[in-house]
Amino acid sequence: MCEDILNLSAMQLDALREVGNIGAGNAATALSQIINHKIDMTVPRVAILPLGDVPDVVGGAEVMVAGVYLKVYGLAPGSILFLLPYDSAFYLVDMLMGRKHGETKTLNAMDESALMEIGNILAGSYLNALCHFTHMTLLPSIPALAVDMAGALLSVMLIQLGQVGDHALVIETEFSTESGGVKGHFFLVPDPGSLGTILSAIGVRS
Amino acid sequence: MAELIKVGMADYKVSCSPATLISYGLGSCVGIALFDPIAKVGGLSHIMLPDSSSARLVENPAKFADSAIPLMLNDILRLGGNKTRVWAKIAGGAQMFTFANTMEIMRIGDRNTDAVISILKGLNIPLLGRDTGGNYGRTVELKLDMGIFRVKTIAKGEKDL
Repeated sequence: MCEDILNLSAMQLDALREVGNIGAGNAATALSQIINHKIDMTVPRVAILPLGDVPDVVGGAEVMVAGVYLKVYGLAPGSILFLLPYDSAFYLVDMLMGRKHGETKTLNAMDESALMEIGNILAGSYLNALCHFTHMTLLPSIPALAVDMAGALLSVMLIQLGQVGDHALVIETEFSTESGGVKGHFFLVPDPGSLGTILSAIGVRS
Repeated sequence: MAELIKVGMADYKVSCSPATLISYGLGSCVGIALFDPIAKVGGLSHIMLPDSSSARLVENPAKFADSAIPLMLNDILRLGGNKTRVWAKIAGGAQMFTFANTMEIMRIGDRNTDAVISILKGLNIPLLGRDTGGNYGRTVELKLDMGIFRVKTIAKGEKDL
């Protein structure tokens, strides 16, 4: 049975926010070690939104972004999408490849590979923290990268949710470097059947 | 400046000249433009999924190709359109992410496109233009004064169908 996401209690939403907090905290630490910069993160947002409103979270469907997408396998399957505005993706690649800020203008195969690896590491550390918290094994798929309009990338996740409902539950965290040069949005979107499993695992299933 | 009407994901809108209907950032979704060039009324639909019959409950018929297109056509006829003159142009149905072993859900773009084409055929609406598939996003615009269907992309520029 799929828990009705429109009827979640305040306590359940808080518990999900804590799930996001633990996962994102671990992921932020990993990212900060790789690029050797302090990373700030927002308190995760747990939002239940009409499918069509989700692109507004990152500034609208037409915003240019780089996105790394991974499926989550295990007891609570879902999707992970790490979205970076275009400028941020370039800046991050500058840092990763040891270039001067502003040097990256387009992404070559090596740059794309580096971004996918970042997505991989972030997803891995996020899920690792979740595994410890929930005692469930959750594994990321290999990453896939696309550079395009935010709406087009988000639709990949939203279509799957659209098969069972008109709303999406997204656990979203915004990352930024201290200088503000790199900003990113990290989305964890449980598959429709997974929400109940997660709520049970953290002991707040009604 | 003509009115610009935004069509969100899983929605459709109809209007008449000189308004412009626009839908941003289609990926695997398909944008369907229907237009009557004499009455200058038309609609733009942004569907997410091919078929409402496999869904558990249908709260929003605009989400599915099979339920959205007939509803939008009816609304166009109500605005004074004539079914014998209505044509269709479509765009979208991309596959945004490529995995080594492509899962069923990843081919949703093609399934959406196929469903839209067969529904249009079933309704006897001629399909005058299409820009579908590929691995890139599209923004689509239907200008109801001239019936121009414009497809904008980041990688491939823009074109009128």
